[in-house]
Parts: sequence; C-alpha cells; structure tokens
Amino acid sequence: MATATTHTPPPPGRNETTPPKSSAPSQAGDRIFLGLSRGSGIALLVIMAAIAVFLTYRAVLAIADNEGNFLTTSEWNPAGNPPVFGIAVLAFGTIVSSVIAMVIAVPVAIGIALFISHYAPRKLATPLAYVVDLLAAVPSIIYGLWGAIFLVPYLDGLNKWLDQYMGWTYVFDKSGEGVARNMFTVGILLAIMILPIITNVTREVFLQVPRMHEEAALALGATRWETIRMSVLPFGRSGIISASMLGLGRALGETMAVAVVLSPSFIISGRLLDPGGGTFAQNIAAKFNEANEYGRDALIASGLVLFVITLLVNGAARWIIARRKEYSGANA
Amino acid sequence: MKLHRKTGLRATALGALAVSGALVLTACGSDDNTSPDGAKKTTTASDVKCEGAKGQLLAAGSTAQKNAMDLWVKNFQAACEGVEVNYQAIGSGGGITKFNQGQVAFAGSDSALKEEETAESQKICKGGKGINLPMVGGPVAIGYKLDGVDGLVLDASTLAKIFDSKIKKWNDPAIAKLNPGVKLPDVAIQAFHRSDESGTTQNLGKYLSEAAAADWKHDPKTKSWPAPGGQAANGSSGVAAAVKDTNGAIGYFELSYAAASNISTVKLNTGAAQPVEATTENASKAIAAAKIKGTGSDLALSLDYKTKAEGAYPIILVTYEIACDKGNKAETLPTLKAFLNYTASEEGQKVLAEAGYAPLPAEIAAKVREIVPTLS
Repeated sequence: MATATTHTPPPPGRNETTPPKSSAPSQAGDRIFLGLSRGSGIALLVIMAAIAVFLTYRAVLAIADNEGNFLTTSEWNPAGNPPVFGIAVLAFGTIVSSVIAMVIAVPVAIGIALFISHYAPRKLATPLAYVVDLLAAVPSIIYGLWGAIFLVPYLDGLNKWLDQYMGWTYVFDKSGEGVARNMFTVGILLAIMILPIITNVTREVFLQVPRMHEEAALALGATRWETIRMSVLPFGRSGIISASMLGLGRALGETMAVAVVLSPSFIISGRLLDPGGGTFAQNIAAKFNEANEYGRDALIASGLVLFVITLLVNGAARWIIARRKEYSGANA
Repeated sequence: MKLHRKTGLRATALGALAVSGALVLTACGSDDNTSPDGAKKTTTASDVKCEGAKGQLLAAGSTAQKNAMDLWVKNFQAACEGVEVNYQAIGSGGGITKFNQGQVAFAGSDSALKEEETAESQKICKGGKGINLPMVGGPVAIGYKLDGVDGLVLDASTLAKIFDSKIKKWNDPAIAKLNPGVKLPDVAIQAFHRSDESGTTQNLGKYLSEAAAADWKHDPKTKSWPAPGGQAANGSSGVAAAVKDTNGAIGYFELSYAAASNISTVKLNTGAAQPVEATTENASKAIAAAKIKGTGSDLALSLDYKTKAEGAYPIILVTYEIACDKGNKAETLPTLKAFLNYTASEEGQKVLAEAGYAPLPAEIAAKVREIVPTLS
C-alpha cells in the first residue's frame, strides 16, 4: 500500500508522465470543457435519480393495494380482485439463471482472455478478439430466437443425460416430460451472451500486466502457466471481478432472450431441468402490453426490485475491488 | 354443485365480468402473421364511402385485430385520398387507456369496457360515453401434433382436463371414447400455453369455465395463464412453433397460425351431431348465437360458449372498436364514421376471411351498421 501512491493503476508502469499541475481554467476552451464534463456528470446523477423516483412512485401506488406479500408471494395477479402479486419467483429465477450463467461464463471467459493475451500467436489472437467483439454486437432477440429454435431441441439429449446420471443431485432431476425450455437452458444462453463482455474486460486487464512482472517470473524459472498464476492472475484479480460484475449486470437484466426461450410459471423449484420459473425482466416483457394501469404499476414495482438488486451487485463489486486493491499486482 | 357454481359465477359475472362474455380476438400479443395473401389482395374499394373523411385518424389497441386493421386501413386509404388511419397495436389495455385519455379516436379491444372504464370515458365523450362495437371475430384453434393421429376429436371437458394436467397421456380412456376406432399412442401430453398476457388465453379460459365448469375452476377473467403445470411459449407464434416441433404437444392459437405452420387442429364435440372443425365460417355461426347485452347504442356481446348449433365452433373471440356515442372530437368524427362504416360494411367484413378472421354474422353486422352513422 505504501508504494501504491507512486504507481497508479492502470496502466501502471507505462504512463509515468504526470500531468501539469492543473491551474484555474483561464482559457475559454478549458472552461467550456469543464462545463461539458461537469454537465455530463450531473446529468447522469439526475437521470438515475429520476429513474429511481419514477420507479418508487409507481411502485408505491401498486404495493399499497397489494393483498399479497410483495416479497414472498409466488403469484402474479394484479388484475384480480383483490390484486395479489409478489416477486418471490422472479427474484429466485433471476438469481438462479444469473448464477448458472456466471458459473459457466467466467471460467470460459478467463480462458479465452488468457489465450488471446498470452498463448495465441498474434495472427490468431487478433481475429479471435474480433470475433469475441462480434459476439457482443448480436442483438439479444437474435440470441433468443437462436436459443428457442436451435439450442432448445439440441439440449434435450443433454437434459436426459443429466437427469439420468446426475439426477441424484436434485437440481438435475427432471420430474416430467417437457422440452428444454428451462432455467438451465436460460443460464447457458445468458452465459453465451455475457461471455464477450467478461472476455473483453479481462483481456484488457491481462494485457496491462507489467512486462517486468512476467519477465521476473520467467527469470526465476517459472513455466508459462506458473507465470500466469504468479503474476498475471493476481494482477488481474480486481479486473476479473469487475468484468464479472458487468456480465452479471447484463445477465440480471436480460429480457428478450429469456422471454423467448423460457417456459415460465409462477412456481419456485430447485429443479433446473423442469420448465418453469421466471425472471424480472422476462415477466415485465411478457405482461406489460396487455396490463392495465394498475398491472403496469405492479410490473414497475418488480422493476424497482431489479434496480435495487443491480445497485447492490455493483456496490458489492466496488467494495470487493477496493478491498482487494492492496493484494493486486500493482503494488509489487 | 355444478349449478351452484354456475349461479355463483353468474352473480359475480354482472358488471365487469359479464363483459367477459364479450370476447377476445386473435391473440393479443399476436405476432404479425398476416395470412400469406391477406395483405396483398386488394378488394375493390367500391363500397368505401369517404364522406368528408380527411386528415389523420389515430387509433390504438388490441393486437388481435391488427391484421384485419392493416387490411382495412390499406383499402380505406386507397379509396379516400388524403386520409391516414394510424392503428397502433399496443394491446387492449393500452388502447383503452389511450382512448380514455383522449389520445385516440377509437380503441380496439378484446373485451368490452368495464363499468369503471365506461364511467371514465364520460370525461372524454362530452355528453356521452364509450360504446362497444363488435367488429372482428375469429376462431381460436386447438392445434396438436401426434404422429399417426389425424382428425382428433375432443370436447370441452377433456380439453379442460388436458390443459389442467389431469389427463396426462394421449391414450387416456376419456380421449379414446371420443375417438372410436383411432389408435392412440402411449405418449405423454405436453400442453403449451402463452407465457405473455393475451386475450387468446382469456378467451380459452372463458370457454373452458363455461362449457366445462366442473373441470375448469380457474379464474376465467385473467389474461395470463391461470392453471399450474403445462409449458409456456411467447406469443402465438411461439406456441405454434412449440406444438409443431414436439410430438405429443397440444396448444392454442389463432387459426391463421395453424394454417401457416400446417398444424392439425382439434375438432370439437359440442353436442352437435358432427364434431365441429375450427374454420372462420364455423366461428361466425357460433358468434351468431351470441346475445347483445349492451344497452342503447352499446353492442357488447354475451357469447354462448355452450352452443350446440350444427357447425358452430364455440371457441371464438370478438374484438370491439370502442368510440364515443356522443362527444367524439369534431375534427375526426367524419373520418371515424366513414372508416367504421367501411369496416362494418359487407365489403369490409368479407375481406376478413382473407386474413383468417370470421366475419360478423349478418344480424350483428346490421346492428353495427345502424349505430355507426348515429355517432356524433
């Protein structure tokens, strides 16, 4: 920590030139730029506050008349008399699908990033990085259609295999017939969708590992894998975490792909291979069009919960990064 | 017990719910599935009377009648120069909200206005109120895929049990009884429903809760699927695709989807001499059994789901156009009347069949034609 002040990451060890001491903006250009950047910063805060106020206002309207428990009811019937709705199923489904996506995507993404940054010959690395970028540019509805039309039938066999050999784990126990329009498929699809964002950020971080660290490790006789383990991964740890959180944010909020692939129901079940469950965004997409005024408020209330969950996830990520800073390679 | 339940239902059904009798048309949330030739065929515009129509006419509502609207708007605009009709298929709920905020001249809806919505409409309709004009009808087909079985016959009770996961196998005795001589395979039934909210779902629910009251105890008003179990897919196109791909599947969607994907449809044993097939013609016959329950110029329908009339297919939906009886905005009134005159005209109704909808039966269409010119 003591030496961290002289080397600020990132990119450490490269940009040694310190900017000239900032003086009061004396020139017109300076002042305009200051105004613009300050305005952008303030605008962002205002927009976020406006979203929060809007969501809270509409949500309060809905929750006030709700006859069910908003947090624990597993039913969604705001058009009923009396209205009963709760987010239990949605919160469960959102978290489960995102966790599956993270479990699959993070290791693969780190692998791709390491391959591109440290293993692949340049001739291969550049096009590979380009293809990963391309993956991020595909609209989510396309992923959804691909998932529903291609992935679902092809995952049928995998589902049967998991049921037969891994059924004892309960989560892979399939209780009936049904095509693979389940949380497991959604998790796989989300994993593919968040792969590029995690890969890109971690790759950038890995590329910024100070050359000296790696050379030092090699000089000590470390193999390539040992070099990566000793210098690259520790240095990139906070980057991996923030990349994962960015990916998680996308997985939590993904709408159309989930809406197209999932066969939703308002039942909480730990059986990942049974069709059922739902996520916040999917539920909003499915119900918004035909909902009446009150039903829309109810959906907005569920949106508020997702908003809060996303804030918490981001907060947690920042906290972890801040705590980890002292261990990162930047200090060495 | 059955009677009790029915009377109970009837009682609650007054007011808002009775409205449920009114129906829904093609999927709300239906996807743009204009029948292959629907949009292309132009009919002669001879019957279109423009009578002072000018400028822009805004409307919004049910996606169920979107394809019909597209066809009508195209023909109407071709006949009346300088007129633009803009129908936004945003869903019935959204359409009624917009109508009651005075943003659109008329709304399209899968169900008639509820009491409180009618009350609210008085703010916009100065001196009058919003009225329901039935305009588009259509059958909801029950599609299935079962290798080796053609011409499957079901009745309301077995249908309710299938969608309620009470009958789980295709060779169930209840199904076998309705299909003598057909060899039913020992295959699990996979029942598909809509995952999004839809007038089609509501419509099937109303049918099941009336025609099979003992076997379908779920909320008949809800637009989201009320029963536990089964599988879901997004939109009519999603359900149709799922049924097409899965052996042992059964699902419901508008007839045009069945035709477009070549999916076999269930014939209904309604108690008539012959099982009834889902066709636009048979749907029209069932709509003819409906009673008008609206008063005055309001033509909200109470559909008869239990009709045993020969060749009447009872799983039907009807969408309404909702406009003010008095107090329509002066600048759009001539256009509104001219447009609705056209849609209710024989010509306008005839083109419906091209897009997979059922024309209104003559008696109801005649009533609509009487009311439209009185709008003011």
